[in-house]
Order: sequence, then C-alpha cells, then structure tokens
Amino acid sequence: MVGKRVLGILGILTTIAGLGVAGGASAQPIVGVPHEWQMDFPPSFTPLMEKVASLHDLLLVLITVICVFVLALLIYAMWRFHASRNATPATSTHNTFLEIAWTIIPILILVVVAIPSFRLLYYGDKAVDAAFTIKVTGHQWYWSYAYPDLGDFTVESRILSEADRIKLKPNQPRMLAVDEEMVIPKGTVIRIIGTAADSMHGWTVPGFGIKKTVIPGRLNEGWISVNNEGYYFGQCSQICGNGHSYMPIAVRVLDKPEFDKWVEQKKKSAGLLPATDVASATAPANR
Amino acid sequence: MATAHGATHDHGAHQHGHDDHHTPTGWRRYVYSTNHKDIGTMYLVFAIVAALIGATFSVIMRLELMQPGVQYFMGPDGTPNGHLWNTVVTAHGLIMVFFVVMPALIGGFGNWFVPLMIGAPDMAFPRMNNISFWLLPPAFILLLMSAVIGGGVGTGWTIYPPLTIQQGAGMDLAIFSLHLAGASSILGAINFITTILNMRAPGMTLHRMPLFAWSILVTAFLLLLALPVLAGAITMLLTDRNFGTHFFDPAGGGDPTLFLHLFWFFGHPEVYIMILPAFGIVSHIISTFAKKPIFGYLGMAYAMVAIGVVGFVVWAHHMYTVGMDVDTRAYFVAATMVIAVPTGVKIFSWIATMWGGSIRLEVPMLWAIGFIFLFTVGGVTGVVLANAGVDYALHNTYYVIAHFHYVLSLGAVFGLFAGFYYWFGKMCGRQYSEWSAQVHFWTTFIGVNLTFFPMHFSGLAGMPRHYVDYPDAMSHWNYISSIGAFLSFGSTIFWLVFVVFGTLLYGRKVGANYWGEGATTLEWTVDSPPPFHTFEELPHVSPTAHP
Repeated sequence: MVGKRVLGILGILTTIAGLGVAGGASAQPIVGVPHEWQMDFPPSFTPLMEKVASLHDLLLVLITVICVFVLALLIYAMWRFHASRNATPATSTHNTFLEIAWTIIPILILVVVAIPSFRLLYYGDKAVDAAFTIKVTGHQWYWSYAYPDLGDFTVESRILSEADRIKLKPNQPRMLAVDEEMVIPKGTVIRIIGTAADSMHGWTVPGFGIKKTVIPGRLNEGWISVNNEGYYFGQCSQICGNGHSYMPIAVRVLDKPEFDKWVEQKKKSAGLLPATDVASATAPANR
Repeated sequence: MATAHGATHDHGAHQHGHDDHHTPTGWRRYVYSTNHKDIGTMYLVFAIVAALIGATFSVIMRLELMQPGVQYFMGPDGTPNGHLWNTVVTAHGLIMVFFVVMPALIGGFGNWFVPLMIGAPDMAFPRMNNISFWLLPPAFILLLMSAVIGGGVGTGWTIYPPLTIQQGAGMDLAIFSLHLAGASSILGAINFITTILNMRAPGMTLHRMPLFAWSILVTAFLLLLALPVLAGAITMLLTDRNFGTHFFDPAGGGDPTLFLHLFWFFGHPEVYIMILPAFGIVSHIISTFAKKPIFGYLGMAYAMVAIGVVGFVVWAHHMYTVGMDVDTRAYFVAATMVIAVPTGVKIFSWIATMWGGSIRLEVPMLWAIGFIFLFTVGGVTGVVLANAGVDYALHNTYYVIAHFHYVLSLGAVFGLFAGFYYWFGKMCGRQYSEWSAQVHFWTTFIGVNLTFFPMHFSGLAGMPRHYVDYPDAMSHWNYISSIGAFLSFGSTIFWLVFVVFGTLLYGRKVGANYWGEGATTLEWTVDSPPPFHTFEELPHVSPTAHP
C-alpha cells in the first residue's frame, strides 16, 4: 500500500518535472535542483565548486581503493586462515617493516591530499576583486538580501505556500520555490557577507561550493561567481527552530543587462530613485 | 553465587570468610550495590532500555521521512510542526550518546571486565561506583521530561545558542540532565583511572595489560578532561537563560561561537569516548578467534593514546563554516587528518592479527570483522570531511549523518554487540543459540547498511539534516533508508526476545572458558557466571605471558 502511494507520488513528480522542462514560463531555466536517484554532487555551477568537485573526485577514488583493499584483506584472511584450512595458528606478533610501512604510507597519502586541500581552502576563503557585496541575513524563518553597493535596497525571500507555488511558479520544486529570489548577474564575482537576526542559520546552494553558518553578532564572508543563468536552490543548513525546513535559498542568475534592469526596478520600488531626479530624491513623494 | 567463594579461592585458608562477605539479596542487592558486576549489569540493562526508547525515536523519524511531504508531524493548524520534529531528533541524539553508548561500553562492559581482566577484586571506589550508576536514571528521566515540558527541546544534540536560549523550560531540564550524566561519567572516570593504575594483579605491568583495559583507561582520561568543559558551557547557557548573563548573547557583548568552541572541545573527544572501548573489545575478539596474540600490541595501545591526545586538538573541524580565520581552519584540517594515521595502524594491526591465525567465524567474530570494515567506511568519509574546502559542500548534510552513523551506529554499536556475544555467556553462565545470533547479525548488518549508505548520496545531493520534509526528488534514497531502519529495529527486537531472553531462559550452560585456547585474559579463569566476589587472592601474571 505504501509502495503504491510512493509510486503515485513519483508519477506526479515526473509529470511536474516534465511540465517544468516543457513549460519554461520564466526566462531562466531551472538548473540547481536535486534529481531523482542523484548519487553525486550536482554539476559545478561556480569556479569554486569545480575545485571542490575535483578534490572530492580524488578523495572518492582514494577512499574507495582503501575500503576495497581492507575488505579484500579481510575476506582473504577469513578464507585462507579459516580454522578448516589453517589448524595451527602462527605465533608472529611483530613485523617492524610492516608496522613502519602502514604508518608511513597513510602519512604520504595524507600529504598528497593536503596539498590540493589547502590550495582549495585558501582559494575559497575571500573574494578578490568582487563586483559588489550582498549582505545575507538569516531570520526565523526567511532570508533577506541587502545590496549595499547598488543603492542599499533589500529583498526578502520567503517560501511559497503550495497553493501559491502551483499558481505562480509551477515549474519550480516543492519546498524550494520562494516569492523573491536573490538575484545576481552571471559570471560576476560577488562578495557574500552573512549574518543572522535571531538564531543561527546556514546559507548554502549545492553546486556553489559555499556554506556559511550565519550567526547573530558576527559577519561571515565568502564569495560566489555563477557561470550560467538560471534558478538555483539550496536549503537552510543550520537547525534554527520550527521553520528550519521551510526557508529555502533561491538564487536567480541573470545576464548583466537584465540584472541592471532588475536593480533599477528594485531601487524604484524601494523609493531609491536615480540621483538625477533631484526633486524626488530630496523630498520623497510618499512621506 | 549465594556463597562468597572466588574461583581461585582456597577454601581451607579462609575459615572466617562467610560472615565477612555480606551478600545482600532482592532489591537491596542492586540499589545498594557496591559490586562491580552487579553495577555493570545495571548499566547494561539501563542502556538497553534507553536504546529501545532512542531507537523508537529513530523509527518515528524514518517513518516520517519515508515519503516526501509531512505525514505525522502536522500541527493542529495544518502546518508542519517542525519544532516537534526537532525535539524528536534531539532526544534521539542525546539518548543514544549519553544513555546508550556511554553507559553500555564504559559503565557496562567497563565495570564488568576491567576488574576481571586486571585481576582486581572490585573497583577502587565501590560506593562511588554505586552513585555513578544511580545518577544516570534521574538524568535520563530529566531528559525525557525535557522533551515534553515547555514544548520540548528542539535544538539538535549540539544545543547551540541562540536557539537554546529561545527554548522553553524543557531546556533547563535538559541542561540539568547533562549535568547529572556528566557528573556520573566523571566519577566513573576517576574510579576507572584509580582502579587501573593501582589495582592491577602482581606482575601485570601497564605494558602487559589487556587492550580493553587500555581502551577504558584512555577513555577515562578523555572523560575526565572533556566533561568539565561541557559542564561549564551548559552552566553558562543556564545562566544566560535564567540569570541575565550574556556569555553567548551578542546583544550583551557575548558570542554564540564561544559556545561552539566549548561544546566541541568536549564533543570531539566525546566521539572517541564512544569508539575507543569498542576498539578494545574488538582487539580481544579478533585475537581470541584467530587463536593468535594481538599483532603489534604496543602499537595498538599507543595508537589509542595518540587518538586520545590528538582528539583534543581537532575540535574546530566541526565548525569550518562559522567564519574562523582561514589559517585556523588550515591548522584544523592538518590536525584532523593526522588522526587517520593511528586509526590506520589499528585497522591494519587487526587484519595482521587475523593473518596466519586459525580463524573461527563465531558470532562475536562476525561482529568484530563487520566492525573493522564498517568503521573503515565511516573513517574514510571522515577524511573527506576533514578537508575544509570539501566540507563546505557537505557540512550539515546527510553525508555527515552517514559518516557519524557509520562510526557510531555501525562502529560503536557493532563493538557493543560484539562484546555482548563474546561475554554474555561469561556474565549469565548460558550461551546464546547459534541460529538466533546469526539471524540477528545478518539482519542488522543488512539493515544498518541499507539505512545509512544511501545517506551518502542524499548528502552529496545536498539534503540538509534536521529536516522534517525534503524536495520530492530526494524520495528514493530516503525510502530505502527507511526500509533499512525498520529492518534494523525489527532485528533489535528479535535480539531482545530470542537472544537475550532466549539465552537467559533456555541457553546452554557454559564453563569458565567456553571459547577455548584463544581466550587468554583473566576473565576466562573464573566461572561463568563469576562468583559474587572474584580474585580474593590475587592472581599472578607471568612475566612471559602475552598481553
């Protein structure tokens, strides 16, 4: 019975996914979402994630080899030295060469891992030549994104209810679609400064290679540069209370002219009119 | 049992013996107990009760996560009750860490077998041993109450502020619970250290001491150094909540990150506290069933010491994402990777112990070999996570859940079951039936791997932890995990009914050393079950004996 229910849900899912691809109501494609039976990282959407994924590929090979090696030794020992084949146990308890070898070889492997690891760590640390900064603030339970370098407007990003999602953004996945995404231009280095208003939260997007635990009273810096246009989704990654599961992170990546248009529009609706409009700037109409 | 004769007791030399050995009966025997075996038994029973409760919470979690959408954790207003979910997750974690693994491995097997293995008549401070145990039930009751009073504690077992400051009155109960459990463990640690350092049988130097005693010695030092830090941190949390201090409140000049440092200064040694005794148990089992002395004994002992020491200087690898200085992170990457070296020494030494042996695949050996492989799997994903750069993509995802369940649920718990099958006959005098033990091993082995292996995939795909619901595309791996969890839980109930009670009621009676010549430590020289008092005359350990 449960199985049937799951099959039913899967059917619906597939339909929704199909619609998403075919419909494409918004200009940007849905890129950064999890896929069914996904077993690995999502594709690398940023230069940082490319390096993360390549180090992970190296590690995955290493740890697979180690596990298979240990398993093979165990199985061989169980078979070859089973009491039925080896009635008299050996009495050896030491082998200096072996003991030195299995101390030195892991150290060498770790050194091989450590070099790219440190390189990645320092590469991902802070932005060099960021175009602008976005201040990410975690709230219980939504995100806000301030653009201090572009007129200091703020975007608040809340999850869409299921009814609204089906109405407004039917091609975006359940639990991930929000009313207003964080919007950035593609191929641009953007500094992310994270903080929190009430409790800790975790800002991340799989495939970006960044995760910032944002903490009240502290600033946490990182950077992103997304290669291609599209919608990318992540989820809050630090337990933060009742709505922890329901404060997704959505990033909409535009090309540069479209992004500039979006910024102008945001400035206008925030009452931050262009500086040339002197009358409005000195005496806001709605005050 | 009713009389007070040790196995090695020379009856003629002790005409006065009977009246001196007051052997209480009934409830007094346990509530007033100062006997290491009875206290060990109580620890084990306590851990089993707590494990059933903790495992029930995990089954509830897997039921909810079996399908996308919220099935069971709906609030009365039709919106998901995420806080209740967090409460269940928190209770599961705290119960399993503080009331299952620690009491069973250290309080249970430690109490039972450290004095027997080192040839001591009892623990150094028998009355303190009593209070060590009896602090635990009130701690456990407080913890259970914390889950239902004031809306429960929905913070995760790491109890990070400011979320913990926002919780209701249940949080204070949880803090008191940890205080009591911590005091219990500190007293126990003092007892073990004193016992092991002062009460070894004549001839048993530290370098000839069984590895299980070594593992408990190292563990006890970790407890003694780590738990006071936790106690301090949660006391600061308590005063932040109730008495207007601002240790962790930025509005008053405090810093939540301070709590993270304090917590993980305790928390990282804590994970070694949970695994080191299992290392000790596995060493004995491999040696017994390979009929060979342990390979590289000194290396094995000092690998545990090294793991204990280095375990204190790697804590911030749990906090790569909080915004520490990049050089600090680089240090913690390097230090964390160092841990892999002594751990590797242990894995290869166990295999080398099997090499050339005469191996019998008895059930304890199955669990021990299972431990070696699954602990290796959990260990290598730890090496992945040690790399801060990769950790940014994996921190707080199910990859981390998979990693620490492989080292704890499939590592420490496999060590527990290995010890159980190895020593249950010694403790109760009856041997389990082979078929039930085989069924239990294989169902658990399949169940836990089915549960936790797919979590690596969910984690790589980005599924965060502490989530009551997930995007629909993640349903498949979650479904498989849930099936595995149900199988494991069924297997545990099977174990309780058929193996534990079945053996106690119908098990075949066994003698002092039912494993034969491979079992060389001192507990195999006393009857099964051992008399109430053992080693009234100290055994002498030959200087040529293998440890």
